[in-house]
Amino acid sequence: MRELLRAAFVVARRDFTAIIFSKAFILFLIGPLLPLGIGVVAGGLGQRMATESLRPVVGITLSAKEAQALEDGQARLKSLFYRRPAIQLRRYAAGEQPDALLARKGERINVVLSGTLDRPVLTGRQGDIDRMRGDIALIASIARAGSALPETAVTTRIVADSSGAQQQARLLTGRLAQILLFLLTMLLAGMVLSNMVEEKTNKIIEILAAAIPVDAIFLGKLMAMLAMSFVGIAVWSSATVAVYTVFVGISFPLPPPAMGWPLFLMLAAVYFATAYTLLGSLFIGIGAQAATVRDVQTISMPITMTQVMFFFLASFNVDRMGQPMELLAVAFPFSSPFAMIARAAQSDALLPHLAALAWQWLWVALIIRIGVRLFRRNVLKSGGGGRGFFSRLRVSISRSGT
Amino acid sequence: MNGVSDPVSPNHLSYAVEGHGLVKRFGDFHAVDGIDIAVPVGSIYGILGPNGAGKTTLLRMLLGIIDPDGGHRRLLGEAQPLKLARAIGYLPEERGLYPAMKAVEAIAFMGALRGLPLREGRRRGRALLEDHGLGEAADKPVRALSKGMAQTVQLLGTIVHAPRLIVLDEPFSGLDAINQGKLEALIRRQAADGVTILFSTHVIAHAERLCERIAIVAGGRIRFEGSVGAARDRLRPQVRLETRRSDGPWRAAVPADALVEGNVWSFPLPLDGIEPLLKALVDGDAGIESLSIERPGLHDAFVAIAGAEAARDMVPAIDEEDGA
Repeated sequence: MRELLRAAFVVARRDFTAIIFSKAFILFLIGPLLPLGIGVVAGGLGQRMATESLRPVVGITLSAKEAQALEDGQARLKSLFYRRPAIQLRRYAAGEQPDALLARKGERINVVLSGTLDRPVLTGRQGDIDRMRGDIALIASIARAGSALPETAVTTRIVADSSGAQQQARLLTGRLAQILLFLLTMLLAGMVLSNMVEEKTNKIIEILAAAIPVDAIFLGKLMAMLAMSFVGIAVWSSATVAVYTVFVGISFPLPPPAMGWPLFLMLAAVYFATAYTLLGSLFIGIGAQAATVRDVQTISMPITMTQVMFFFLASFNVDRMGQPMELLAVAFPFSSPFAMIARAAQSDALLPHLAALAWQWLWVALIIRIGVRLFRRNVLKSGGGGRGFFSRLRVSISRSGT
Repeated sequence: MNGVSDPVSPNHLSYAVEGHGLVKRFGDFHAVDGIDIAVPVGSIYGILGPNGAGKTTLLRMLLGIIDPDGGHRRLLGEAQPLKLARAIGYLPEERGLYPAMKAVEAIAFMGALRGLPLREGRRRGRALLEDHGLGEAADKPVRALSKGMAQTVQLLGTIVHAPRLIVLDEPFSGLDAINQGKLEALIRRQAADGVTILFSTHVIAHAERLCERIAIVAGGRIRFEGSVGAARDRLRPQVRLETRRSDGPWRAAVPADALVEGNVWSFPLPLDGIEPLLKALVDGDAGIESLSIERPGLHDAFVAIAGAEAARDMVPAIDEEDGA
């Protein structure tokens, strides 16, 4: 085992330095930062679009007095709900024809409210009317009631926390951590697919296979790629924190997970390493069978889709802790890290994580072993002659049949 | 130069490489079909055979890169060669190095794979490169080196950890005559230091000049195993006789199946020696212009042992090798 790790480290060190000191690595680091920059720029624009452009417009052709009452009603409603109104009210001259207004280009009116507050008429497409009728009726009722509308004063008593709020907050943290874990794994683990192609193209695989166990080659390559991923994550996280601090300030936007931040972040790192190694060991095994980069590209699509499936299995069951489907996501090795990080946000029990990690690493070892066997059989052309599991199974079946 | 720690003492071994009944099949094709091989410790041993004879498969099996379908092997007394990787050096037929790696780093990396600390590998790598006239190339990336230089770098990477057994698969392939000479010298130096050398080749001249023992492989089987001399002794020496006269009573002394070109006769040395023939020629007034007895070369022996078909791919002399 010591020799295996030593050999794996030799391979890992070569791969890691080769990647880190390559020009392409700069692009690798910059790549994910571009969306971050674009996100900052687009964020303000997006918010403005959300507040202004995307809200449906209701053209009002009531009398000036009634139109004012309607606007007051909407403002009152807004003060009660502490949120942006779902619709925009826009006044037009009383008596304007609704059909003409709706057809007028540049106005972008969805529906027109005409008639009077007592007998309002809403004109528009069926879908728009269905969507806005409730809001308009509510605003109109408040406007009609005016000062006669009784206002109930609610006395408030503030507490620091509640179980409902806590659960929701932790659920949010769990979901976000899960998405981040998945995105990072998907971005980075796929790179392992083409990892063995270099060795095969450069004919170095023969030198490696003659000197060290193939397990050490696989393990070393995974270690190198994992280390490279952590370098990338460190750079991206630092950049994100820096940008956040500059634009938002020094405050943490997410509610604390059940385990507390230090332990949760540690578990997140460990689960990322495990998810990466699990998928990486599968990918390196599959990728090692590919003879060319084109083969690798061909198999990358089904691989990505499979990854998405694993994530969905975990994601759909975040709020169903302890239920059969969630337990399935925990037990299935490829979705287990995603399911467990969501658990870490919602529960402070540490033992399940230790058990899950042991289970996941068992699978890592198993998948590497299978990958190595396939590699030796199909690439190094070793162990042929029908001595494999399936061959023996076929022989057994044929013997039992005779 | 001290080797890396080595669990097997050479004093207790007679053979550095042993293989018994080795079989390797690829589907229905028997690449190696029951080969026995024994390479004495400290010897230079050549495996000769045409392309597709099974030489590379045999070496890969012996080294543990692939597992045999039958038979067993021992390298330096160990059945699992990877356990003794530190004592073995291997140059595969298909040369390969990381193109972006510096020459000295490539050598150190190959040493590190076999247990040599990187720092020591770099130190030895520089010294080896200097010794082989490549000192200036030490810090150049492999992609900037010529093919011959890159091949030398890989060879130095094969010996940097001071192995006790060096396995070379077609080491002369692709080298020009000068580099082939250098490689021969390097092999001889290693052997003089007590290192066992096992190499495969299809260039008979290299085997003839370097090897103490050879194995002739064809069709996945060993057709001959022994010393170069013993292989050549398989054929009787050839008599080349040139006479002034083309006929006479002396003709009865010349074998009926002798090859004739004008007044030049070629035939195997008679079993009873040269004297009776010489007497018959003189007494019969053949008018001997010249008479010589030529010992057959290894190529002739190869043809006789493995057959003309197998010999077709073989290169008799270095001059006929590509790039030479």
